[in-house]
Amino acid sequence: MSTVSEVVAFACLLAGAALCLTAGLGLVRFPDVLSRMHAGTKPQVLGVLLVMVGAAIRLDGWANAWMLLLVAAFQLLTAPVSAHLISRVAYRRRHVRRDLLLVDEYGGRGHQDERYRGDEPGDAPPERPGRGSAG
Amino acid sequence: MTVEPAATRLRHQVPLVAWLVLVWMLLWGTWSWANLLSGLLVALTVLTLLPLPHVVGGARVRPLPLLVFLGHFVVDLFASGAEVAWQAVRPGGVHRTAIVQVQLRADSDLILTMVAEATSLVPGSLVLDLDREQRVMTLHLLPVRDHDEVERKKAHVLVVERRLVQAFGSAADLAALDGHRRDEVPAS
Repeated sequence: MSTVSEVVAFACLLAGAALCLTAGLGLVRFPDVLSRMHAGTKPQVLGVLLVMVGAAIRLDGWANAWMLLLVAAFQLLTAPVSAHLISRVAYRRRHVRRDLLLVDEYGGRGHQDERYRGDEPGDAPPERPGRGSAG
Repeated sequence: MTVEPAATRLRHQVPLVAWLVLVWMLLWGTWSWANLLSGLLVALTVLTLLPLPHVVGGARVRPLPLLVFLGHFVVDLFASGAEVAWQAVRPGGVHRTAIVQVQLRADSDLILTMVAEATSLVPGSLVLDLDREQRVMTLHLLPVRDHDEVERKKAHVLVVERRLVQAFGSAADLAALDGHRRDEVPAS
């Protein structure tokens, strides 16, 4: 194995690990669930991809490379779906820091969540009760 | 689900079987006839026990636009990964966020799914909701500094949609990109 590929693999592994670290940092530092899901998708997926590339260079043999390709593909396919479901539930449960929102185009269209203020516990009463029930 | 002729049914199942066999082969990591046959057996068993509704209006790939999309996708993946990573480590904490709605134009389950997946990964956005009837996608945008940036990111989602339609869409989808459709519901 040549030195160049060693260096490339090393760089990929290091960068991927660093990105996964920032994803973890983001989970701690970001203010609400929706922002945390950003940290859980983008830097994390990119980090995993880079680690896979580094590992594929470092490990000899196509059998390993195919397996890593599969891991990368399923990471790309599944991370957005799980992030979508979690953030959707978080929105429905009103775990949203509305004071941080610059624009909110989702609330106004007869959506039931418009009657709730912001980052409240899930069983908080609606702001304008009486117009139908949320259930 | 309507009952369809056996030939159409078979044609819709073939890509799924091929994909499952491919995954099986990749998992084993080596090519052999035994792997191929056992993969076929497993794929057919899975599809018989867990039948999926077939995807309407897919199975059309244009190689050159697909390459264009993939190239932009990889670049965007790095850019957005770096951007969110910077938001996570920078001393001042995150910028403001936004929830926006984007009116998409493609009318195909497959393309809408791909747009939603791609926008979740790429331009600083996360899909909150996708209204299939009206093709309205609700997104959460993470680093936004001002209203101009919100508009830029919304426009970028439409660019991603255009690239995907050019790679996978039917002629009707391509036409829908430019002209407004009759049944399009204006934002109210």
